[in-house]
Amino acid sequence: MYAQMITSEATQDDPEKLTTFQARIDSGEKIEPKDWMPEGYRKTLIRQIGQHAHSEIVGQLPEGNWITRAPTLERKAILLAKVQDEAGHGLYLYGAAETLGVSRDELTEMLLDGRMKYSSIFNYPTLTWADMGAVGLLVDGAAIMNQVPLQRTSYGPYSRAMIRICKEESFHQRQGYHIMMKMAQGTTAQKKMAQDALNRFWYPSLMMFGPSDKDSVHSAQSMAWKIKMNTNDELRQKFVDQTVPQAEFLGLTVPDKTLRWNEDKGGYDFAEPDWSEFFDVIKGNGPCNTERLAARNKAWDDGAWVRDGLMAHAAKKRAAKLAAE
Amino acid sequence: MTDQEALFEYLLRLGDSTLILGHRISEWCGHAPVLEEDIALANTALDLIGQTQMWLGLAAEVEGAGRSADELAMLRDVWDFRNLLLVEQPNGDFGQTMMRQCLFDAFHIELLTALSQSDDNRIAGISAKALKEVTYHLDRSSETVIGLGDGTEESHRRMQAALDLLWPYVGEMVTPDAVDTAMHAAGIAPDLTALRARFDTRIDAILTDATLVKPDSTYAQTGGKTGFRHSEHLGHLLTQMQWLQRAYPGAAW
Ligand SMILES: [Fe+2]
Ligand SMILES: [Fe+2]
Repeated sequence: MYAQMITSEATQDDPEKLTTFQARIDSGEKIEPKDWMPEGYRKTLIRQIGQHAHSEIVGQLPEGNWITRAPTLERKAILLAKVQDEAGHGLYLYGAAETLGVSRDELTEMLLDGRMKYSSIFNYPTLTWADMGAVGLLVDGAAIMNQVPLQRTSYGPYSRAMIRICKEESFHQRQGYHIMMKMAQGTTAQKKMAQDALNRFWYPSLMMFGPSDKDSVHSAQSMAWKIKMNTNDELRQKFVDQTVPQAEFLGLTVPDKTLRWNEDKGGYDFAEPDWSEFFDVIKGNGPCNTERLAARNKAWDDGAWVRDGLMAHAAKKRAAKLAAE
Repeated sequence: MTDQEALFEYLLRLGDSTLILGHRISEWCGHAPVLEEDIALANTALDLIGQTQMWLGLAAEVEGAGRSADELAMLRDVWDFRNLLLVEQPNGDFGQTMMRQCLFDAFHIELLTALSQSDDNRIAGISAKALKEVTYHLDRSSETVIGLGDGTEESHRRMQAALDLLWPYVGEMVTPDAVDTAMHAAGIAPDLTALRARFDTRIDAILTDATLVKPDSTYAQTGGKTGFRHSEHLGHLLTQMQWLQRAYPGAAW
């Protein structure tokens, strides 16, 4: 997911406070920034929300790669609006993380020097226009699976950020589907492009949910705290069940020979992605890890004089205002 | 040139300028110095692409040759483009991008204010809508030019360099040629000479607040809005922008 493999932090707090805290969560209450919270809850949330925010920001890059090559004025406008939304999501999420006592700049520095991660999916290249369709259909589709339940997460600011984000995500998935549909119904070359995009993005999309965590202690803790709402396998299953019929409707073939409807479980049986590839990508060896981080570092470094200049100006204005009073 | 031809040329000037500038700004997406700036730049690009759809849509209608706005955008070559030279200049650093934006916005706002009173209702309608957006663009770009001009020593130096670099492209915006004069005579477009005075007042005020010095030259590069001689930059921009339509002719997207 946008936040993958979040290890929860151990908590050494007063057991009585912990019990009351857990009771609040169990009764569906929202935890707000000023409320007492276990140190582990706070730290795990920072890691999770931070990673989610970074994913939105780095996620601008693979789609931004096609804005200047969009085939029509309308497609260009839609893609721009979509990528702009993702930047906005980053902003909401950094805002939510800041309520936990970490600044956006601190989080950014941790992304840039590799201490914090972003979703593995954004380390894959976008090679043709059909990839804009595949990203919308699969990547935003997978993100929605995770984000819809997170609207009910226990931490108030995170939940509210998710509610705003979810409103925009369905448009993202729809525009992707629409691009794919145009291509799948188009010329031979377009059909080929669409199938090729699905082939390349299918397994990386399944990896977005992370490896199975049904036996993980970290996940159990996060689920008890309601900062994780479902297991990775549950979400992956839901995603496959939703996406396979869409791909079939488009006349595209999901690149999984083992894919079969399983009447008993009321869902598809499907092949697991290659988890060794996933761990390689997480370690920094994905096809685009170097470029993505380099692009973010360059934006940050090249922008230093701008941020300094604007801050210096604001300080001058404040000083002038004070002097006038 | 018939009135119809002049009107077509004039609409291309409007639509091509918003198209090329919108495209240029969209190159920033994901790479801006601050998240808020990234969002604001994308917003400006979106507005300009939206305006392009209206201007080129109307141009296509006036031309009456069965071409669409997309065909005008994606299937013409450099010499058929009628955008101002200023907007095809490369982004440079963020300061250069914002200086280009501010110079264009200060012109654009005056132009649209006048065009929203045009005798041509279609032009007046599009202009009135675009004017709301451009008011916001100028607020934002002038604020940034002022902030960076009057910021640190480095930001000041960079903004002055950007102004010096781009100043020769200002003259073309505000100097009338045959098409401008014909459109003014037809009650469609304003008198650019009078508009220039209002543009100067705006820019002078912004540059003063920004502690920047207006170059002491009135030399103007020309050839963008007539299409006679674009800069070398436009061809590369079109190569990227038009690539899919050129590589897969006739495909629907
Ligand atoms: Fe998003
Ligand atoms: Fe999205």
